[in-house]
Amino acid sequence: MSRLRAFVAFLYEFIVGDDPMIAVVVVIALGLAAALADGGTAVWWVLPLAVASVLAWSVLRASRR
Amino acid sequence: MTHDVLLFLAVFLACTVEGVEAVTIVLAVGITHGWRSAWTGVGVALIVLTAFVAVLGPALTALPINVLRLVVGGLLLVFGLQWLRKAILRASGFKALHDEDAIFAEEIADLRAVPVQRTGIDPFGFTVSFKGVLLEGLEVAFIVVTFGSNQHNVPLAVIAALAAVILVVIAGAAAHRPLSQVPENTLKYAVGVMLTSFGIFWGTEGAGGSWPGQDAAIPVLIAFTLLTSLGLVSVLRRRHAQLAAAGSRAGAPR
Repeated sequence: MSRLRAFVAFLYEFIVGDDPMIAVVVVIALGLAAALADGGTAVWWVLPLAVASVLAWSVLRASRR
Repeated sequence: MTHDVLLFLAVFLACTVEGVEAVTIVLAVGITHGWRSAWTGVGVALIVLTAFVAVLGPALTALPINVLRLVVGGLLLVFGLQWLRKAILRASGFKALHDEDAIFAEEIADLRAVPVQRTGIDPFGFTVSFKGVLLEGLEVAFIVVTFGSNQHNVPLAVIAALAAVILVVIAGAAAHRPLSQVPENTLKYAVGVMLTSFGIFWGTEGAGGSWPGQDAAIPVLIAFTLLTSLGLVSVLRRRHAQLAAAGSRAGAPR
């Protein structure tokens, strides 16, 4: 059990890393892009906007710690 | 064509960075616990990494292209943004720069504290070498699999990774000390920019969107990610300087 827990912790650290909010925003942005594209809207701007916003938010927050 | 060149570059750079870190660990093990255990650890780790790529590569390639691009785009974005976040914090002074010489000295001190088994393969040396190469290599294997499968060109990604490994191993064997001359922090920054840019591109296509100019959007996205991150470095550097000035004023005798 502890090995499984250690493996899950490793996977989390490996993929998600120091700031889980980045993963959360990426998932939300991909979902939003998919929903808008399904309705026929141009979505090329969604991910660049999400990336710039979450990156700025994440590094500014880290700099305040 | 553009995709293939950028695929090669991204995998090659990522592999060079991780290879430099792995060489530091293997050198420390070889010097303190013997080269036999160090090389055995490297060999077994490379077999595991090859199996990882061989199994996961074809499995991902079998997915429908839009699902593959959505999954790979999302993973690359999460992964790339973490690399980029660390690179920005390093470049602006909020996180210590990666220093191979310091890491090597620390590794040597830690490894010398553990007794060496004189006959056969030293289990401790083997484990440290194996884990070091495996963990550093996993990030590269992940990039090889995601980039390669999305481009339906896993062999090209493997060739890029092998070229970097061979280069780093030859350089490490020739220098016989950590490859601290390699501009590791800059390379990590470049890899973060590329992973994030490709993540944006493939993620959007996977979500059902399309790019104005199609493939021509990739260099634009790389420029966008680079400029955004450089802007953040500039803002954070000013903030770091202000904090340092405030700290020195507070510590100055009155």
